[in-house]
Amino acid sequence: MPVVFFMATMVLYLVGTAFFLAYLLRRSEALSKVSLIVTGIGFLAHTIALLTKMMGADHAPLTSVHEAMSFFSWALVLVFLIVEVRHRIPVLGSFILPLALISLISAAALPKEVPTLEPVLKTVWLHVTLSVLGTVGFAVAFVAGLMYLIQDGLLKSKRFNVLYAKLPPLDFLDRLNQQSIVMGFPLLTLGIIAGALSAEFARGSYLNWNPEQLWALVTWVFYFVVLLGRLTVGWRAKRAAYLTIIGFAGVILTFIGVVLKGHGAVG
Amino acid sequence: MNIIAVGISHKTAPIEVREKLAVPESRLGEALRRLCAYPGIKEGVLLSTCNRVEVYAVVEDVDAGYARVQEFLADTHLSLSSEQLTPHLYWLTNDRAIWHLFRVAASLDSMIVGEPQILGQLKDAFEAALTHKTSSVILNKVVKKAISVAKKVRTETKIAETAVSVSYAAVELAKKIFSNLSEKTVLLVGAGEMAKLAAKHLVSNGVRRVMITTRNPQGALELAERFNGVAIPFGDFRRELAEADIVLCSTGASQYLIRAEDVQQAVRRRMNRPIFLIDISVPRNIEPAVKDIDNAFLFDIDDLEARVEQNLEVRHREAAKAERMIEEEVAGILHWLKSLEVTPTIVALRKRAEEIKQSEIEKAMGRLGHLSTQDRSTIEGLASAIVNKLLHGSLVTLKVEANGAGSMMFVEAAKRFFNLDNVPSDKSEDVPVVSEPDLDREPSGKDR
Repeated sequence: MPVVFFMATMVLYLVGTAFFLAYLLRRSEALSKVSLIVTGIGFLAHTIALLTKMMGADHAPLTSVHEAMSFFSWALVLVFLIVEVRHRIPVLGSFILPLALISLISAAALPKEVPTLEPVLKTVWLHVTLSVLGTVGFAVAFVAGLMYLIQDGLLKSKRFNVLYAKLPPLDFLDRLNQQSIVMGFPLLTLGIIAGALSAEFARGSYLNWNPEQLWALVTWVFYFVVLLGRLTVGWRAKRAAYLTIIGFAGVILTFIGVVLKGHGAVG
Repeated sequence: MNIIAVGISHKTAPIEVREKLAVPESRLGEALRRLCAYPGIKEGVLLSTCNRVEVYAVVEDVDAGYARVQEFLADTHLSLSSEQLTPHLYWLTNDRAIWHLFRVAASLDSMIVGEPQILGQLKDAFEAALTHKTSSVILNKVVKKAISVAKKVRTETKIAETAVSVSYAAVELAKKIFSNLSEKTVLLVGAGEMAKLAAKHLVSNGVRRVMITTRNPQGALELAERFNGVAIPFGDFRRELAEADIVLCSTGASQYLIRAEDVQQAVRRRMNRPIFLIDISVPRNIEPAVKDIDNAFLFDIDDLEARVEQNLEVRHREAAKAERMIEEEVAGILHWLKSLEVTPTIVALRKRAEEIKQSEIEKAMGRLGHLSTQDRSTIEGLASAIVNKLLHGSLVTLKVEANGAGSMMFVEAAKRFFNLDNVPSDKSEDVPVVSEPDLDREPSGKDR
């Protein structure tokens, strides 16, 4: 049952992505409506897929990388839908939906058994949930940063094309960037703490200094500095955009590390 | 019954003529009454703006109507003769008149295509006609339709979406940098016309804080009063640069007033919050190198004009879409008008048949007093059947022909065959009949 909904979600997100990308280049507002409807239905299917899977599972939820990626994709689309309802900027979907699709495809490609952590303790799901939600914040910040740089470039070079018309004002993108990090950072912090506690219970040590744990800490410090820099010395606008793009690249590397090595499996 | 439009516009007459014909709002009522006092003019709406003076009227005879309306227009100003007006006037009938009205309402005939004022002006003109009861069934429907078509054009095309003046282009750009203008501050440097206009647009788009500086302190004070802003001494304005989110520069100075390092410093003090600079001065007053500073966005007069040019292209492309929409809508309303012509004839025809039937039944019943109730109703049924069968073909033909080119001819024929000379000319009571779907949609529909 969950598999059917999962496949349906993938197809719907694929169609949604196609429509959203077409919307990016065409002067048609109708396209955005179609894209939104498709995405909305996809999101519903995704929700059902996740719920049925959770209820039918014999293990604690979100303990495999597959589930974590799928949940990441779901939360990303949820955030997009919330921002869309509040601010009406469908063009955000042209950037977020491809990302959600990629993570969903990666989830599908990954073996369902790879655990994120040894499921010794039931609290592992808390670590995963919080970390994934924090990552969603960084992903949105990344997208906002990307859109900021594009709009900044278009304004600077005075190229008033279709994209220029569709992208929201610069300060909106900067604020979206800030809010995403302000929300994502504490979640990631809590996620890391939860992970460390789980590890301590499972293995007796908070950290065992393996490379992907190190990467995660580096990422955490990086975002801490980015946030601090914004609040104190004005690292906003273009600089914030660049920094959040680099930061998200770090996040992706951590993820790849987790997947390749089987995060925390080294006991 | 015909609809005519007679008028002048910026396309056909110079301002010297237009201003003489223009009817101020205070005298609109009197003018409308005068218009409809002419014989043969059934309904009238007068649209008077600075770019056009137009009369839309419902008349019995087109040529007589043209003459009456021209007379009316010439009479609005003492020094105008009817002949003087002739070269500037345009005369349009029925479909062309409606088409013209729709284009005017949708701002396709405006000096700046897509400008929004004309729709409000048309609404006012219509209101006045309603108040003075010079607009009735036909013009009510046509003008209301023109207004709704114009709204549709505005929402379904991008005809009015883009800025087509330099000052407005500045606002449009500002909105791409700042999402909420109401918390932004504008610094106006110099008192150039276009910069003042841009400042005005910005204020009407929400900007609350305006700082003004001019070389002449008195000028700054006057402008500060006008914009409800603060005047700043000209010598100090660079220090205030960091305070400003939007800088509008338009002075007669021959050198750069704002240098790259000033902006660099301002951006730093603003903690990298974007600053938007518009230089409308020629020669330029803001050093062009500013455009290379991060988070500073400099636009000069050429940039703004290029933007306007681009937007005008969009408008003209959208105008073509609007034209197609209007063609369709005109066809729709013509359809309605034609059915309106046929409807009173059908009503009269039925009424006449009913009268004849009733009087003949009464006569017969008087002589056949011995019949049972059942027999009576049989006879009544017989009479009804004969009348209905006889009428059926004519009614169907009329309904079918209502949409054809020869509808008037058939109506005329029906009137003569059935001796229907006194078809009611006041059509107000017939309107509900027309709106019933089977009359104008299903010509072969059930006979009632």
